Amino acid sequence: MPKRTPLYDRHLTAGGRVIDFAGWEMPVQYSSILEEHRAVREAVGIFDISHMGEFLVRGEGAAAWLDSLLTNRVASLGIGEAQYTLMLNEKGGVIDDLIVYRIEETSYLLVVNAAKIEEDAAWLGGHLAEGVVFEDRSDTFGAVAVQGPKARALFAEVFNEPLPEARNRILTKEFAGEEVFVVTTGYTGEDGFEVVAPNAVIGAVWDAFVNAGARPCGLGARDTLRLEMCYPLNGSDLSPDRTPLEAGLGFFVDLSKEDFVGKGVLVAQKENGLPSRLAALAITEKSPPIRPHYPIWVNGEQVSETTSGAPSPSLGHSIAMGYLPPGHAKVGQTVEIEVRGKRYPATVVKKPFLKRA
Amino acid sequence: MNVPEDLKYADTHEWIRVEDGVGTVGITDHAQAELSDIVFVELPQVGVEFAARNAVAVVESVKAASDIYTPVSGEIVEVNSALEGEPGLLNTAPYEGGWLFKIRLSDPGELDALLSAEAYREQLSQ
Repeated sequence: MPKRTPLYDRHLTAGGRVIDFAGWEMPVQYSSILEEHRAVREAVGIFDISHMGEFLVRGEGAAAWLDSLLTNRVASLGIGEAQYTLMLNEKGGVIDDLIVYRIEETSYLLVVNAAKIEEDAAWLGGHLAEGVVFEDRSDTFGAVAVQGPKARALFAEVFNEPLPEARNRILTKEFAGEEVFVVTTGYTGEDGFEVVAPNAVIGAVWDAFVNAGARPCGLGARDTLRLEMCYPLNGSDLSPDRTPLEAGLGFFVDLSKEDFVGKGVLVAQKENGLPSRLAALAITEKSPPIRPHYPIWVNGEQVSETTSGAPSPSLGHSIAMGYLPPGHAKVGQTVEIEVRGKRYPATVVKKPFLKRA
Repeated sequence: MNVPEDLKYADTHEWIRVEDGVGTVGITDHAQAELSDIVFVELPQVGVEFAARNAVAVVESVKAASDIYTPVSGEIVEVNSALEGEPGLLNTAPYEGGWLFKIRLSDPGELDALLSAEAYREQLSQ
């Protein structure tokens, strides 16, 4: 049985077209992916992200424990701060990418990918340490993302106070009598925030922002928005067989930490060179839309396939990502992408695709 | 959904209008609404022959590529090249400016196997 979020009925009422996503019945779009994409880039949109997982980690040993399992440095977080990080297997491959929020002195919120909730929980549960309490609260929390240049104004209207200026923050607020988390993170490249709230009030949170003018947006727009920013999607651009260094996420890996699962492989890659690099590919000549799993050719030889790909609504041409041999992953390199037996030229470009002012 | 009375329909959501042995083929209003945001169309080559129910064209929305099947057998005699510059015509005018190709029927008897407007409407309501 596919799962439904607490907002499922609202999606149907709003005309949402529901698809299966990682075992969840989620809206892929309401009226138009292009219009929803544009709403987020130019005004404000709201996404149901209740399918994502929420873990709570508490205890004196919480920071040190998380630091032994995640690539970024949890110990560097102040109270109320957040960071993007990755959880690796013993081969240095990616189990999941996630955000760690430090709520209180020794209390952390982890937001993980919907498709990986069980695997992550099993991995973390299997590595438990003394002095750490780990709870999978995914079934008790819903969440929405409010994103776009007007998100800040909507927040002030609904919460009667300004949204914190800084990115990567977490605040505890009261909404409809319940404690909710407001976090200044997102997956679109726009200003905005997300609200993580108990299932009982997430519907009221959704209604408040929709009534204030946020346009409901589905997973289709979420994908084109994140791809324009080169934000990786786990299961597509990230995999258990590729390290975060290959994915170009070295910024979120702290090799100066004493140890974390997978570190040895990353150190070796750093010394010996990377086997591949995740490249951003712009297809500026006329071509069919580029999609995931299309073959990539270099010098007449197929080297890999696209991990993500879509027509970019903001740029008007297709964009894609794919792992290339490091020698062919440099900006300016020309490759070919095959669509239905025909090859179209693509160029490796600097990330992200969408350059913001 | 707009389902014009004077057309024949395939259960795969194409329509055909036949004049002088040549059928004009497009996708239905229902199909364009389901696909939404059509951004690319790949049309067949003029002069090529296809059997009924063969995939002859590809229509791509932001999210997915969909095969388009010819409802009848025959030779492609013309394609709507306006769609190359303006694929959105499939969304805005599926029965008019958004037609896909013209095919010279090799077996007009195949038309009897297609759906009437009423039968297609019934299929949509199921």
